[in-house]
Amino acid sequence: MLGSGFSASSLERGVEMGADVIACDGGSTDGGPHALATGQPRFPRKAVKRDTALLLAAATRLGVPLIIGSAGSAGGDVNVDWQVSIIREIAAEQGLHCRLAVIKSEQTRAETKESLRRGRIHPLPPSSPLTEELVDECSHIVAMMGAEPIQEALQAGANVIVAGRSTDSALYAALPLLRGFPPGLAWHAGKILDCGAACVVSRSAPDSMMAVLREDSFDVVPLHEDYVCTPQSVAAQVLYENSDPHFIREPSGTVVTEESEYSPLPPRSVRIRGSSFLPASAYSVKLEGVRSAGWSSIFMGGVRDPYILGELDAWIKRFEEHARHRFADVTSDPDSIRMHVGVYGRDGVMGGLEPTPRFEGHEALVVCDLLSPSQETSHAAAAVAFHALLHNPTPKWSGSISGIASPVVPAVIDRGEVYEFCLNHILLPDSPLSPVRMQYTDL
Amino acid sequence: MVLGDLTTLIRSKNAGAFWLTIDIMFDDAQKLDQVVESGAITTESMSRLFRVDPSDCKVIVSQPALAIKVSFPRPVPSGSWSDTDMVGGQQYAPLLTLPIEGSK
Repeated sequence: MLGSGFSASSLERGVEMGADVIACDGGSTDGGPHALATGQPRFPRKAVKRDTALLLAAATRLGVPLIIGSAGSAGGDVNVDWQVSIIREIAAEQGLHCRLAVIKSEQTRAETKESLRRGRIHPLPPSSPLTEELVDECSHIVAMMGAEPIQEALQAGANVIVAGRSTDSALYAALPLLRGFPPGLAWHAGKILDCGAACVVSRSAPDSMMAVLREDSFDVVPLHEDYVCTPQSVAAQVLYENSDPHFIREPSGTVVTEESEYSPLPPRSVRIRGSSFLPASAYSVKLEGVRSAGWSSIFMGGVRDPYILGELDAWIKRFEEHARHRFADVTSDPDSIRMHVGVYGRDGVMGGLEPTPRFEGHEALVVCDLLSPSQETSHAAAAVAFHALLHNPTPKWSGSISGIASPVVPAVIDRGEVYEFCLNHILLPDSPLSPVRMQYTDL
Repeated sequence: MVLGDLTTLIRSKNAGAFWLTIDIMFDDAQKLDQVVESGAITTESMSRLFRVDPSDCKVIVSQPALAIKVSFPRPVPSGSWSDTDMVGGQQYAPLLTLPIEGSK
């Protein structure tokens, strides 16, 4: 991912091998909904600028296109503009000239509702059908584009392409598909390259990878000289972050890897054949959308007292009842306050998925998160809840106790507005290009 | 023997913001087959272990990757308020001690 770093010497090796295109994704949903909701990128500007400058210099030297997708961590319009500003800055500093294509894929609420009315939006499991009310709650909606808008930009002569939200594989598959390589191989290669050197046996740091395509096969080649791919390590990359590794859905169809053969290509590479592509009956793009969940304040408390730990569940339950009772003192609408109590040492990491939600050990950490429609109310609720937990009694002791250790001061931390992903739907656009807006600039 | 003794890697991760996926990986086909044949990892057993709806739970065996994959919807989307694991990276631990029959 752009900003996560790679070694300059590996990229240089890719240049020496004569790459036909350089591509890199700039985001994913892994950082949560924040980047799409606020426009704030997940990686620092300096780190993204460093990576972008190296890629841009390499592509310029080779005279090949540079393709960046899911720009600015989330691929919303603001995120794309942020990545474009970095490219403009580098071009100005280094005196580089290029034809820049900017492809935006943010969707307005009005056009999304119009598509919904026309029956062009369907839920993906486990979500329910979309409603206009839910669309109205979204602050940002992006469509995850496929290879077609990128191919459009390549055909228009762009040599630097900054795309909004896109499937990772599309960035790598776009050019080979244009040149007529078999779609199964081009898409499968794209899928393997999409996390760079994550497909090697043992990766000490993120790095770049090369795919060499042929009519009947492709090779995956680590560019870092210490990295080695094996058939298993490459096949495993197809498992990564996909719920089904044999049938991977792209906007224009399904990449089928069930019959793929992975064979070692000594000393460090892997050759793949047999992948195929089933064109979809209808072209579809995934929609991602975010909405505000409210404003959050948190506090933490460590517990070391063995008597409290011995009755931890009951102690927490009494605290929750007491805290809820106190919320009426800070707001006229106490029911609008939601409280999440995470207990590390019991089920803090897995929550509802924890098969053994029992406390074991000699200390625990309680993390209490208060959510309400305003920061002021959440802060006030956290402050009274902190006090309630601090002095929450336990049967062993008479008199006032201080039952939690706060590792930070002030004990209450205001987290600001928090967001959630709320769309898990597909849009059937009129054409692959209709969900995007293209803009060309000569730098 | 337990699953953790037979594997080279067990990892969990988001598959998009709404799904969680777990990769269980082996260094030889014999161990993979042994675990598959033991019947320890099925949609029924995995949905019981993680307390999710069996109709949402997928179990897929990948021979080239020498891996078994388990996928199910996340309790809440990634990064939502009250989500406990943004990237879903620490949800595999209960599998480490899963008993595997037919192994010593």
